[in-house]
Amino acid sequence: MTDALHRLLRTPQGVLGLGLLAVLVLACLLGRSLAPYSPEAMDFAGRFAPPGARHWFGADQLGRDVLSRLLVGASSTIPLAVAATFSGALVGACVGTLSAYLGGRWDEAITRTIDAVMAIPHLLLALILVSTLGKGSTNAALAIAISVAPSMARVTRSVALSVRQQDYVKAAIARGEGAGWIVLREMLPNVAAPLIIEATIRVAFAVMLFATLSFLGLGAQPPASEWGLMISEARRFMHQAPWILVAPALAIATTAICFNLLGDGLRDALNPRDER
Amino acid sequence: MTLAWLLRRFFTVLYTLLVVSVLVFGLTQILPADAAVTLLGENATPAALAAVRERLGLGDPAWLQYWHWLSALLQGDFGTSMRTSQPVGPAMFTALGRSLLLGGASLVVMLVIAVPLGMWAALRRGKAADLMSSLVSYLGVSFPEFVTATLLLIVVADYFQLLPATGYVPPGEDLADSIRHLILPVVTVSLIMVAHVSRMVRSETIDVLNSDYIRAARLKGLPPRTVLLRHVLRNALLPTVTIVALDVGYLLGGIIVVEEIFAIPGIGRALIVAITSRDLPSIQAGAVIMAATYAVANTLADIAYVLIDRRIRYD
Repeated sequence: MTDALHRLLRTPQGVLGLGLLAVLVLACLLGRSLAPYSPEAMDFAGRFAPPGARHWFGADQLGRDVLSRLLVGASSTIPLAVAATFSGALVGACVGTLSAYLGGRWDEAITRTIDAVMAIPHLLLALILVSTLGKGSTNAALAIAISVAPSMARVTRSVALSVRQQDYVKAAIARGEGAGWIVLREMLPNVAAPLIIEATIRVAFAVMLFATLSFLGLGAQPPASEWGLMISEARRFMHQAPWILVAPALAIATTAICFNLLGDGLRDALNPRDER
Repeated sequence: MTLAWLLRRFFTVLYTLLVVSVLVFGLTQILPADAAVTLLGENATPAALAAVRERLGLGDPAWLQYWHWLSALLQGDFGTSMRTSQPVGPAMFTALGRSLLLGGASLVVMLVIAVPLGMWAALRRGKAADLMSSLVSYLGVSFPEFVTATLLLIVVADYFQLLPATGYVPPGEDLADSIRHLILPVVTVSLIMVAHVSRMVRSETIDVLNSDYIRAARLKGLPPRTVLLRHVLRNALLPTVTIVALDVGYLLGGIIVVEEIFAIPGIGRALIVAITSRDLPSIQAGAVIMAATYAVANTLADIAYVLIDRRIRYD
């Protein structure tokens, strides 16, 4: 683990990604205490205040400090997206590994079904799910988890197919272990590395998907300062005060860049074959 | 490409559509505890709820409801919109036509930008141009469509007033105006794909450039231009077809958001309207049509791949 971290720190993407991640984690943990104002404190005299010494990122249509809203909003945007991705990835990993373990007709049937589910674009699947479950952050996160699972199952299956051929799996089968034990205790830990890389990149998608759902009015609800919702609310005022919109837009992009860089860095660090 | 392969491909599409229809129908009509309440909201009168239950056949067992829905769908009957009381099918297919125009234009624009960009980056590997292109692709994949669209609106339509902000003009009506209205949506949708595809073209080109047959072509004394266009381009494009086919999924997702922002009356916008007004038949029809479009596009890409690459023989 420390070895992987060292190697991650040797790639430029890894250094940059970890640096950004540190900033984001800080914002999620300490956002509320770092924020110069309360995110809901309105100030009608200071409406649409441009960025300056008082409000670094300006103030919005109700005179709320944009920087404070961003900092507080970090914790209602990023952790949910991360949790949704990794829970979806775990479910997908179990299905993918099981499919590779079973092999034969079962594998064929599961793979075909996964392919069929993937014919529904992520956003569309998430939209259908949210329209059934009802709007709100938790349901949006659940919808994201479900829409992440099939593609993760496919990635996992392709890795698990080679793990299936390893001697320790054959030994476990020969010992007469049950399918559950073999899938969860023998195979799953050995597909973890490529899975973590893939999931890290998917976090970037999940952040964007979550923000998109909030933007469409189906994710986080006002007065939350979730970033996609902030952009959606700021659109009406983009003529007078573009900074209300640009700040959360850059926050979302930075988060996505961070996880993309981390994923790429991890891929280089955990992939010894690819040393160039 | 044998007949058997085509048949198998055809059955895969059928199976995909079957799974999609079960999923869509199950998620929208069977899974909710009471689809009538989902439709009309918590405050509906018992009489109205009963009427909707009757109309949707909610008292029937789930498989029978699905069967009625599917057999009507196969006869081209997508049901009646709860919002407009009009047949859903014709409205959705008109909308799909506009979306295909937007999607097709985006695909073409994307290829025209991404392929040269990727090859250029590969030829100047490690130099400034390469770094520029990786910067472009990092930025491209990190801005969700709704952010790109809104930023473009502010800068291009609002600040410089170069292009109209929103709306849709049919190409048959006024071609120039139609194109002007399409530019910003097309740029938004193609940006993420440019990022993916240019990276793919770059890494494929690098692989091809290091191959023996390119060395042979050069040693044979072919002019660099010929080597590049006849040998490198063709071989680097092959894997790109696959990633483009997969990207059609992003394309469809992107279209939903972009149509909503730029007020284009395509299928994505129709779907969002359906979801916000809880118009169940429209949600089901929109979702099935979009997924079917994706499945068909993927199959076409598969066939194109085999046609371009004579080495692949599926049996």
